[in-house]
Amino acid sequence: MRLTRIFGAAALSTALALPALADQDPAVAARQGQFKLFAHNFGVLGGMAQGRMEYDAAMAQTAADNLFHLTRVDQGRLWPEGTDSSSIDGTRANAAIWDDLDDFVAKFVALQGSVENLQGVAGDGLDDMRTGVMAVGGTCQACHEAYRDEAS
Amino acid sequence: MRRRLMAILAVAGLIVVGGLWSFSAPRGLDNSALAGLEGQAERGRDVFLAAGCGSCHMAPGRDADPLVMSGGRDFASDFGTFIAPNISPDPEHGIGGWTQDHFITAVMRGVSPEGQHYYPAFPYTAYIRAEPQDIADLYAYMMTLPHDATPSRPHDIGFPFSIRRAVGLWKALYLREDWVVSSDLTEEEARGRYLSEALGHCAECHTPRNLLGALDVSRWLEGAPNPSGRGRIPPIAGDAFTWTAFDISAYLETGFTPEFDVVGGTMAAVVSNLQQLDASEREAIAAYLLRLRD
Repeated sequence: MRLTRIFGAAALSTALALPALADQDPAVAARQGQFKLFAHNFGVLGGMAQGRMEYDAAMAQTAADNLFHLTRVDQGRLWPEGTDSSSIDGTRANAAIWDDLDDFVAKFVALQGSVENLQGVAGDGLDDMRTGVMAVGGTCQACHEAYRDEAS
Repeated sequence: MRRRLMAILAVAGLIVVGGLWSFSAPRGLDNSALAGLEGQAERGRDVFLAAGCGSCHMAPGRDADPLVMSGGRDFASDFGTFIAPNISPDPEHGIGGWTQDHFITAVMRGVSPEGQHYYPAFPYTAYIRAEPQDIADLYAYMMTLPHDATPSRPHDIGFPFSIRRAVGLWKALYLREDWVVSSDLTEEEARGRYLSEALGHCAECHTPRNLLGALDVSRWLEGAPNPSGRGRIPPIAGDAFTWTAFDISAYLETGFTPEFDVVGGTMAAVVSNLQQLDASEREAIAAYLLRLRD
């Protein structure tokens, strides 16, 4: 099914080398870059939702379109086993991700769903966009709550 | 001569032991503080959210119901693992059999209805600063929550910390009713102090501890090692904390940092609670935290 297409390789693939530091692992660097791109685009929408900047339908739509495509990047090679925080430094990815990959995938799919909804409403005015933004925040939070360590 | 010395030492020893024993005795509140309080459940809901009861006492695992106080979450520490007990209104496994006085004494003094000390993993060290009326309201509200019959599990604490009576000596050293921030505050800052120091117990995670597990008030809210996992709990006071009042209240409402990272870990439950309160409460917390920069 779709989940396996998104994440199936993660459980099977292993890191190319066995580095001690996350920044030496291209998969970890890539996935951290991916989350930076999430935040960079989410910030436009969140900033408007919080009133930090004025609502602009075109800007909001562009950011939501970007998020839509970013959250559809195949995750298969971004989460090799052995790249959890118990195994290497420099990552906040808790080993529980790999203990229950199905739930982790379900939470990522929930993110995709909430972002798809946001893409549909981002240009429809501030109130609709804000509702969509808060729903996306909820799907981010659900995963961070369960699977992300505190920063060091 | 030697015999006499031994006898004197023995008597002195008994006095010390007896003194420590009485010194470590569990003490509740004055009856005058408890008398005449009538709790209102509707008001108690806000206290419940601000005090974060559910953050520790809801069931372990993902997607637990935040209103079912079944307990069971583990809290690792340097002294062993504390396990949150069932505080649902179930009369057998929860606190359904408690009176309002039992409840206020437990929450504000860390003394059980059986007269035993609770470990300060239960933040009565903060709640001691609360208004007894608020805790009476909290009692009324918590008695309306769903019953749950999950038995409480014992803590996993090693010797000598397993001696409950020793907690009395710890309390004599560290249980303080006065505010940590005692300077003149505006009404809003004082409300924020009440929410942060008395109900919200921010310091329990955000302030480093000494060898006996007491908060180091000289580094109040300046960040600390994470006692129950990897990484550090970030500073929310001091030079390292640069958020504006808007950043703080917006974070407590939405969970979004100024960089639009989204809250996680144990703080996620705190945001889920505080976002249900009036905006003025979050703004008061922000005003208090900014005051710590002076």
